[in-house]
Amino acid sequence: MSVIPAALAAAAVLAGAGALAGIVLPYRLRIPAVGVLTAGVGVGGGTAGVAALGGSGWAGTFPGVLPLAGAAAAVDALAGLFIAVAGAVVAAVAVYGIGYAAGHGPHGLGSRTAQAVLPPFALTLVLVPVAASVSTFLALWELMALGSLLLVLAEHRERASVRQAGVWYAVMTHLGLVLLLAGLALFAAGAGGETFTALRAGAHTVPPAVRGLVFVLVALAFTSKAGALPLHAWLPRAHPEAPSPVSALMSAAMVNLGIYGLVRTGLDLLGGGPAWWWLGLIAVGGTSAVYGILQAAMASDLKRLLAYSTSENMGLVLIGVGASGLFAAYGDRPLAALALCAALLHVVNHSAFKALLFCAAGSVLRSTGLRDLDRLGGLRSRMPVTAAFFAVAALGAVALPPGNGFISEWLLLQSLIHGLAVPGVAVAVVLPLSVALIALSAGIAAAAFVKALGVGFFARPRSDRAASAEEAPILMLAGMGLLGAACAALALVPGLLGGSLDRAVGATGLPGGGAVSGGGLEVRLTGISAALSPVWVVAALTVALMAAVGLPRLYGRRRRRVNARLWDCGGGAPTPRMAYTATSFAEPLQRVFDDVLAPEQDLDVTPVRESAYLVERVRFQRRVSDRIEHRLYEPVLRALNTAGQSARRLAGGSVHRYLGYGFAGLVFLLLALAVGW
Amino acid sequence: MSAAVGYAAVAGQVVVVGAGAPLLTGWMRQVRARLEGRAGAGVLQPWRDTRKLLRKEPVTPVGTGPAFRAAPALLVATTVVAAALVPLLSTDTPVSSHADLIVVVSLIALGTLALALAGLDTGTAFGGMGASREMTVAALVEPTILLSVFALSIPAGTTNIPAIVTGAVHEPARLTSPAGLLATAALAVAVLAETGRIPVDNPSTHLELTMIHEAMVLEYAGPDLALVELGSQLRLTLLLGLLSSLFVPWGIATSASWAGLAVALVLFAAKLVLLGAVLAAAEVFWAKVRLFRVPELLAGSFLLAVLAVASSYFLSGAS
Repeated sequence: MSVIPAALAAAAVLAGAGALAGIVLPYRLRIPAVGVLTAGVGVGGGTAGVAALGGSGWAGTFPGVLPLAGAAAAVDALAGLFIAVAGAVVAAVAVYGIGYAAGHGPHGLGSRTAQAVLPPFALTLVLVPVAASVSTFLALWELMALGSLLLVLAEHRERASVRQAGVWYAVMTHLGLVLLLAGLALFAAGAGGETFTALRAGAHTVPPAVRGLVFVLVALAFTSKAGALPLHAWLPRAHPEAPSPVSALMSAAMVNLGIYGLVRTGLDLLGGGPAWWWLGLIAVGGTSAVYGILQAAMASDLKRLLAYSTSENMGLVLIGVGASGLFAAYGDRPLAALALCAALLHVVNHSAFKALLFCAAGSVLRSTGLRDLDRLGGLRSRMPVTAAFFAVAALGAVALPPGNGFISEWLLLQSLIHGLAVPGVAVAVVLPLSVALIALSAGIAAAAFVKALGVGFFARPRSDRAASAEEAPILMLAGMGLLGAACAALALVPGLLGGSLDRAVGATGLPGGGAVSGGGLEVRLTGISAALSPVWVVAALTVALMAAVGLPRLYGRRRRRVNARLWDCGGGAPTPRMAYTATSFAEPLQRVFDDVLAPEQDLDVTPVRESAYLVERVRFQRRVSDRIEHRLYEPVLRALNTAGQSARRLAGGSVHRYLGYGFAGLVFLLLALAVGW
Repeated sequence: MSAAVGYAAVAGQVVVVGAGAPLLTGWMRQVRARLEGRAGAGVLQPWRDTRKLLRKEPVTPVGTGPAFRAAPALLVATTVVAAALVPLLSTDTPVSSHADLIVVVSLIALGTLALALAGLDTGTAFGGMGASREMTVAALVEPTILLSVFALSIPAGTTNIPAIVTGAVHEPARLTSPAGLLATAALAVAVLAETGRIPVDNPSTHLELTMIHEAMVLEYAGPDLALVELGSQLRLTLLLGLLSSLFVPWGIATSASWAGLAVALVLFAAKLVLLGAVLAAAEVFWAKVRLFRVPELLAGSFLLAVLAVASSYFLSGAS
């Protein structure tokens, strides 16, 4: 028995044991037992994924598991990459989750339901990429959606907004499922088989119009799961309202599977397609990236900021996948491989830093009960380790060296900049715009994360709860430490992933370019070259930093630091209320993008009773709502509501009328059959 | 032999930028003073200021943290590493294969980010205000910079700066092409914004409410302030040097020879003196624009960069 099925079977057994432990064990034993078993699921999945990335594959069928078609499973390097990422995230977050849930009491994440659902949900995260037939894939996909839904609802007793987020998530994820079901059923019918092997073999027999429809349907479903526009509205609601370990799992592992599905169906099963598919995908990715990060820059809720940043990063990945398909459509396969490699590397990097960011936000939330940046602050002295982890992850998220996000964005930019070698006016217009959108999103991301770190963790506490924060317990720090180590490793030696990335790209039929190797990154295509070695950048920065600290000290005569008051304009010590808040920090950007964001503001001046000229109270309120949601969803919801109201008139309560409906329906059906066939 | 020249070139770049930055600032202030009818403090004044500040005792404002203390050194360090990478004197150095334009641009952005965090770390209104404004401007400059990088890398087929510079030296037509000129103009505006010069920011302002950069660093004193000042002087020198390397590359040594290096050194100094004088003279006639008019300026430069890429593609495709 090879490693992959053994590791996956072990993960499944551990998940089963975990679910059982969640139901049976009393509160005190439940959380550590479920945590350890879930971590085991992650380790099992990670092992299988790493084995698949190492070059071994596996395929198997289980006729009895699902009715009619049975279940089919296969693991190649592409699946392996996503399994390994999901496994690693699950393992680290499970360790973190033990500490997190233990402090919350027997409700919320520590409840019997949540603890019983957590291990199976972790298992589905690992198993979705293993599916090798449409029915298996859809079954696992739906199990994953249900598991995450139950976990999002874990804290429904504490906040009403959780229930609302749950409804949004349930509706939108099932809308996605319907789209996916329609698309894949259409594909399977056209290709004459529902296993992935049959789809791959039969893809070229499907007429182009049907292929296009299949792609549009599945792309809508998968980009919705990845949190890209326009079906993103669930993400900024569900991710902040879920318990933080669940947010981390969703944002760092579940959204990836949307990308996996897109790469699997679009590039592998359908075998690529015409340019318009990919131009559409790039447009979706570009708008998601900029719109997502703009909303993140406006958000003053820390977890909402992180959720919108997920939208941004998935947008960047979609640009990469779209560019890859576009280059392949024009026949430049090495460049297509480079773009896909960049996209996959960004998936890995994003998972590492986003899981860490959500965990750090979770430990702030657990310690202070606050997600509102305007009331946080000063945490660097009360929670130094958490603040340091947040800083490491934020460095990855802003895509600047020496963070890990920089490396994949650099690779993505390289593939786009050199894409002009591909002929076609559409390419010449789209690629520069994509580069500009990536640059703008990187710039705004810098502002957003400076805000999150600078306002949330630096300066002085803006509320009593922030002032009395305490450092997270050791298990939470250990989980964050694992993720922090992953971020550092990805930032310093991305070359370790080189061969694995090439094999994952190779699984879609594109030639692996060897862009990421040993000491760093090197792009060598015909007429194109570029190189980046992160270790050298870090070494040079360290030397320069030591020189910049040391030389002035050698020259200076007084070395002892003295304390002094902050400059207060002579008006007494400044209070924390005078400090800039997240809202005020974002104000200039909000003014610049006024037309895009369309903030609503409300000014309410109450004069004193005696005179209209003397003001007693001024109330100012400003809200930046999701405009796309406003414009796109509300008309649909209103139309649905109207349709529902008018449909009620059909059911007046009269039995005669219902019998009439039945009769009319039958007659209509018979007529249709008589005329049609 | 050639390796020794290469290392000398890198060391030379760092030393020239390091020692020359205060001189360039002093020179620009002097030009400005003379044009305004003042005597001026002399070219050496910024060095005297630095020396004075370095000898004062280090001060930590109460309530600030590690970010506040580390930021000045990080600002200087990122600029120094960038100065070692950019081919200011020679394109044939041991580090030239790592000298990627995107890396250099990102290193400079890292310095900005460190200072903005330091501004927020003070917890004062001015610190936050400066940080917020600086990050807004930085975010809006980014697309212009990367599109200019895009336009420059099309003819060279790489984002490696020494390769771009070598290509331009051997083929000067690249620089006078519409794409080259448009990219120059776009990048020049971006450099003005990144270095906080008029019309984006006024480096010699004394009114806090109009400050961008100065508001962030209001709490610094003594040796820390010396490093912050030196950092922004270094950044100005480096970015003007980068601009001159990309668009007036003549004189930069393309092979490893001592004579070439000496010529490059003299020409580099001459180019910077000229560029600095032009910038200082222009600043006499310009006024700082309102903060919320800055995006319009940057949008204009972005348009130039888009045109640069488009003309580079369509004109090269037609020929």
